[in-house]
Amino acid sequence: MSRTVRPVVTGLGVVAPTGNDVAEHWEATCAGKGSLGVISRFDPSGYPSRVAGEVSGFDAARHVPSRLLRETDPMTHYAFVAAEQALADSGIDLDALADLDTAVITANSSGGVEFGQRELQKLYAEGPHAVGAYMSIAWFYAATTGQLSIRHGMRGPCGVMVAEQAGGLDVLAQTRRVLAGGTRFVLGGGTDASLSPYGLVCQLSTGLLADGDQPDRAYLPFDAAAHGYVPGEGGGMFTLEDLTVARVRGAARIYGEVAGYAATTDPRPGSDREPGLRRAIRLALDDARVRADEVDVVFADGAGIAAADRQEAEAITAVFGARGVPVTVPKTMTGRLYAGGAALDVVTALLTIRDGVVPPTVNITDPAGYGRDLDLVRDRARELPVRTALVLARGYGGFNAAAVLTAVR
Amino acid sequence: MSELTIDQLKQIMLLCSGVDDGVDLSGDITDQQFRELGYDSLAVLEMASQLQREYKLEIPDEAIEELNSPGDVLRYVNGKLAVA
Repeated sequence: MSRTVRPVVTGLGVVAPTGNDVAEHWEATCAGKGSLGVISRFDPSGYPSRVAGEVSGFDAARHVPSRLLRETDPMTHYAFVAAEQALADSGIDLDALADLDTAVITANSSGGVEFGQRELQKLYAEGPHAVGAYMSIAWFYAATTGQLSIRHGMRGPCGVMVAEQAGGLDVLAQTRRVLAGGTRFVLGGGTDASLSPYGLVCQLSTGLLADGDQPDRAYLPFDAAAHGYVPGEGGGMFTLEDLTVARVRGAARIYGEVAGYAATTDPRPGSDREPGLRRAIRLALDDARVRADEVDVVFADGAGIAAADRQEAEAITAVFGARGVPVTVPKTMTGRLYAGGAALDVVTALLTIRDGVVPPTVNITDPAGYGRDLDLVRDRARELPVRTALVLARGYGGFNAAAVLTAVR
Repeated sequence: MSELTIDQLKQIMLLCSGVDDGVDLSGDITDQQFRELGYDSLAVLEMASQLQREYKLEIPDEAIEELNSPGDVLRYVNGKLAVA
């Protein structure tokens, strides 16, 4: 990969259970204010898993014309608004750039399931003629990238990364590639929204969701009582450009640099080969030319499933030593947002670098044996100067990704 | 079925596809191009599909391609309704 570009983040946007803008999200996250609750979007009483992290108080119509809302799913509505925030934050004047010099790269994992459910219901209740034409463009993974590209006239090398949770970090790698190819400005990130009955049923099929309806006992990564994860919706968006380009245009803020990245895949189930996460961490640190002892905090994936938690704790411990680095899982406040999860962690990690505050992991009361090898930042935020943050993401199906974010001197 | 009026068509456009920023459907839009009003080919397809259901019509794809303005739609639909 080209070393000639230094991708830096110059604008941030958030629509998530913790808040519908960056300030709201960051305040709630630092305060350890969890946003998990019993699903309110529909009656969940007939389903075994009833806790989720829902976006609330969100009014897309205030920001987006009805013309666009009608043809898009909530996953795209969240992205419209978070993208607008990130673009405004970056101070970019898109009119001053050729549209082919700008690109949109988002992660997506669930597709537009709420929209899809509505149209499928029309199909089996009324027949094929009742299915709306917008079904053809609303549900699929690239819908959000396409809509953002059209809305903002960003027509360069756009793309969509599909690797469940890992996709949010894969966006950073794809961004680095297109910046190295000469693209000047990238709108990146990821959102998902799968909290409809159909969406929930699709997720239940993995057997990995936490049962029950107790928001503070449902999603407990690295805890002895870990028994699954809680789904959430929303995500984060950010703007990326090469450091020199950002400086020349006089970008108001440089939140941090994407200094390193790596992705690996796990061996097939049942194999006795080592899972891929440790190698992803090693490769990302090497790529960033950062030593393990220079990493100030790790944003863990925090699957909330004992076997996966153990793998992750072992990988972190293998690289950093027992209790060798502060580790946190702010996802415990939002649930796992699928493609939006790692994208939101990137935003949160950059705010951690900005403010020197590591947000906490909440609801953990009894760390498992492997969890005790981690210096888990629990319950309350920890003030700590942070120059280098490592963000980990593991996607269903064996995807591992690791990204190293550093303060820009 | 009584004939399709411009106001009914506007309602269908709003219901199916909403309205873009800076577009005013309340004026005389009969002879404006759909594209200028912010409605792309998919929006016209969606509108045609709704008209077919509401007015029990069949509008073949080739005919939909020729519907470039609200006026085109009124003429086409009301022509069909008159024959029926």
